[in-house]
Amino acid sequence: MPASFSPSPDDLLRFLPETILIIGGTLMMLLDPFLSAKKPKMFGHISLVAFVAALFATVAANGVPGPAFSNLLIVDGFATYFRVLVISIGIFAVFCSYHYLDREKAETSEYHALLLFSVAGQGIMVASNDLIMIFIGLEISSIASYVLAGYLRHDRRNNEAALKYFLLGSFATGFLLYGIALVYGLSGSTKLNEIQKALAAPDASLVMAGVAAALMIVGLAFKVSGAPFQMWAPDVYQGAPAPVSAFLATAPKAAAFAIFLRIFMTGFQQIAASWEPIIWVMALASMCVGNFAALTQKNVKRMLGYSSIAHAGYILVALTSRSEIGTTAAMFYLAAYALMNIGAFAVVIHIGGKGEKYVRIDDLAGLAKKQPFTAAMLTIFLLSLIGVPLTGGFFGKFYIFRAAIESNLTWLTILGLLNSAVAAYYYLRLLVVMYMHEPSEASTVLEPLTPGLRTALVLPAIGTVLLGVVPNFVLGFARNAATFGK
Amino acid sequence: MFKLWLIPLLPFLGFLINGIFGRKLPKLVINAVAIGSVVASFLWVALVVGPSTDWGEHKVQAHYFTWIQSGNFNVGWDFAVDKLTMIMLMIVTGIGSLIHIYATSYMDHEGGYYRFFAYLNLFMFFMLNLVLAANYLILFVGWEGVGLCSYLLIGFYFHKKSATNAGNKAFIVNRVGDFGFALAMFLVFINFGTLNFNGVFAAAPGKPVETLTAIALLMLVGAAGKSAQIPLYVWLPDAMEGPTPVSALIHAATMVTAGVYMCSRSSVIFLHAPAAMQVVALIGLATAVFAATIGITQYDIKKVFAYSTVSQLGYMFLGVGVGAFSAGIWHLMTHAFFKALLFLGAGSVIHACHGEQDMRQMGGLRKYAPWTCLVLACGSLAIAGFPGTSGFFSKDAILTAAYAHAPWMFWVGVVTAGMTAFYVWRAFWMTFWGDYRGHGKPHESSWVMLAPLMVLAVLSLAGGFLFNVPEMLKDMFPEHGEVPEEHMLMAISVAAGLIGIALSWYMYVVNTELSGKIANALGGVYRLVNDKYRVDEAYDAAIVEPIIHGSSAVLWKTIDQGVIDGAVNGIGARAQNVGGLLRRIQSGNIRSYATWVLAGSVVVIILMGIAGGVR
Repeated sequence: MPASFSPSPDDLLRFLPETILIIGGTLMMLLDPFLSAKKPKMFGHISLVAFVAALFATVAANGVPGPAFSNLLIVDGFATYFRVLVISIGIFAVFCSYHYLDREKAETSEYHALLLFSVAGQGIMVASNDLIMIFIGLEISSIASYVLAGYLRHDRRNNEAALKYFLLGSFATGFLLYGIALVYGLSGSTKLNEIQKALAAPDASLVMAGVAAALMIVGLAFKVSGAPFQMWAPDVYQGAPAPVSAFLATAPKAAAFAIFLRIFMTGFQQIAASWEPIIWVMALASMCVGNFAALTQKNVKRMLGYSSIAHAGYILVALTSRSEIGTTAAMFYLAAYALMNIGAFAVVIHIGGKGEKYVRIDDLAGLAKKQPFTAAMLTIFLLSLIGVPLTGGFFGKFYIFRAAIESNLTWLTILGLLNSAVAAYYYLRLLVVMYMHEPSEASTVLEPLTPGLRTALVLPAIGTVLLGVVPNFVLGFARNAATFGK
Repeated sequence: MFKLWLIPLLPFLGFLINGIFGRKLPKLVINAVAIGSVVASFLWVALVVGPSTDWGEHKVQAHYFTWIQSGNFNVGWDFAVDKLTMIMLMIVTGIGSLIHIYATSYMDHEGGYYRFFAYLNLFMFFMLNLVLAANYLILFVGWEGVGLCSYLLIGFYFHKKSATNAGNKAFIVNRVGDFGFALAMFLVFINFGTLNFNGVFAAAPGKPVETLTAIALLMLVGAAGKSAQIPLYVWLPDAMEGPTPVSALIHAATMVTAGVYMCSRSSVIFLHAPAAMQVVALIGLATAVFAATIGITQYDIKKVFAYSTVSQLGYMFLGVGVGAFSAGIWHLMTHAFFKALLFLGAGSVIHACHGEQDMRQMGGLRKYAPWTCLVLACGSLAIAGFPGTSGFFSKDAILTAAYAHAPWMFWVGVVTAGMTAFYVWRAFWMTFWGDYRGHGKPHESSWVMLAPLMVLAVLSLAGGFLFNVPEMLKDMFPEHGEVPEEHMLMAISVAAGLIGIALSWYMYVVNTELSGKIANALGGVYRLVNDKYRVDEAYDAAIVEPIIHGSSAVLWKTIDQGVIDGAVNGIGARAQNVGGLLRRIQSGNIRSYATWVLAGSVVVIILMGIAGGVR
């Protein structure tokens, strides 16, 4: 089929969500000189509208599944699932940011434009069928994220976080790019389905394919903060502005896991036996490093950073099981994880106060007395992070370990479950401080909950409970998507 | 047909009403909601579900909605009631009602009144889920839920640091147990393809013994956590930091027996795993003796009863382990009667003495609180296995079965029975006889508190022959082996109880100096027992400390090199000095982080290359 120069209407529809996000972001930069001074909140509204429109476009695009732009992109259930996820995270991030930007007296137009661009990049990543497109999406997402991490230019914590994130992120991207180059050299293509075919050929060089996969694992493990490539995460989540941390800990991670799953469950399925042990070790190391290092943290953001490493470990367990159930479990867990993490970070944004002065665990003291509603919401998120039944976190973990044990990963299951027993300790500490300590200085200066933050708490809380009580809807969708259209 | 969902839903509604609006409601309404919801569910169980005769196959099964449906994995929100569940339902809702009533008076002057009852109702909801569940996952929901409520209620007096610590300890120790239970569940699922009780139990006899043993042992880990057996019993004595009605309801009568219930429910699996049964029996017996010895040396009245609970739970596990499931459940029931009574009675005593829990500060209370004295005497007789009382029947059933299994277990059980009688009556004499040694003037409790106590006293005395559990459950569990001439055994265990009572009377009423002399003579041994064998300290040194210190020493210092922590307070002050910032960052972390990435990737690449080549 000769590539036609003008794309078909279906192609355009399949790419519509990202188009909307990019137009929204560009529009914002154009409007900046006119609106910035007068109506700073306006950009948040525009951003919301763009996200919601993109959400509708995603649903519409799902109606015409198939490849687009000469097979560079593909719209399937998997892409739709993750597009909905990252766009929803974008929406929550906007709700988290309204008051924060106001409090810090920060520019709003650039911030929201960067947010839109970053999500657009993630949308491209999850809907890519081609390594080059994946790389482009990843870079769009990452570059916007680097800037966001250092958004408050006068805060040195922001500077440090951004610099670290940028330097190490670029370093890791290099590995990914090398991997892509090697794969191209081996198979003569960057399309995932053709790579799969090339590797299945009897004369394929599996050693080189292994090295290529290894390079890509390094790059991707960095993005999902899997050990031993996790060290940037706590620093960046602690240093970045809290709403940005909430975003970084969820959306780029979900997208990176999406391509991790897509590449390794399709293109590199052939050499699964050689990458499985590596991911096995990575999963265990991530769970252990994340959980045990979180035990001693005093800063809530940093603790959540370590906890996110541990959660990446659980999702890597699902990847290790190399089955459709495993893929389903990873997809479900990413949704649950995004909801509970955004919610937990939203509480941090709330209690942090101007300049994020109050982000230590002790600053949560007496929150239950001062603002029982906020405390109740955080309780839901923490219970879900612990993995208590009737929350999304419980069900996600249950499903992951079930997938693992069906794939005969008995030891990984045992060690993983032990890890999640340890994890209860540090989440519980937050609960104890919040409910059982006398109010601290932080709670005396606590502002009332703004409508934006309230939304960023209530929606994820509802989602967390729904995923725990009626998981079937999301699970069913994920299960159909996990086949990658096979 | 029976609207089984009503049973847990009613307390849940109580929880919602009191939890959300309780702050603004008058006490009368809170009481009505809290008590009403539990009593209503008791009445539903007792009057509608229980008497009905249309139980198909001895069982009522109800499917509400499909919770998880994914490929071959299908879990519904299913409830089932058979006779075992029925007994549990009656215990949970019945005793629950009495304790709710008692608590309205006991908690009258406490802050957070509505919160207390909201938690208590939430507990009832999860506990009823646990016993009604028709598959392991729903059971697990209840299992985790009651643990959560227990945590909330133990830490209820949160201004006391010891209470918060106790709550944490209970939660964490139970997580270890839950880990076992979760693994058991996964094993059940891969081997049976379902988590439904019907499917699992129908297929269990055909499975290999090794599989069933592994499942049973992992279940035992879970049960040991929840039901406070060695080595996970350490949380229960500390859990007494919670308000006394909580100790009675959760940590004596209901939640802690969940492990026994779960093992009995899974009797088919256990019966086909004889090695696991043996382990259950041994752990039960060991826990019974071990906890009883600690109980002898305690002075805090609630601690005495707490160790006694651990010990009695050991008895139940002994019953389960030797295959006498119905005897175990029987003891579960009678224990719920007399231990709830003992705890609530202890609460009444503590009230009488203005919050004092140390028995050395009590004494002579029979003059001031005659009714409390009378009902506690009934409870103490029952736990000592006095002929005719409820405890006598169930304990005798367990001991007889133990004798049939292995005579030495019977003898250890008898000695434990003697110790039990001794320490419970020691507490009784120290509290009610002699002269009052405390401060203020003790007073009798209100009738709202005494009335439930009297009901429980009647049940403790008569519950054994009113409810003959083995008779009720005889078609659920296989006939237990030929029981030898049991009158002799019965006489021996009764004698042990009477000797225990007599000895305590001699040591704490007649010759009060004697106990001090014995303690001195035993010296180090006495101190060791009095310090609860220093198990807590050993766990701290062997497990907790290494984890915490290991985490901070290894991970914090080597892996966690973040410098942002140190810069927190420098906001703005040197923010313009970006050059300085760059220098500092570049001299430190980024390079070492990059080295990590590089080292890690070299390892990954080499491993992958090798793995690819091997293939």
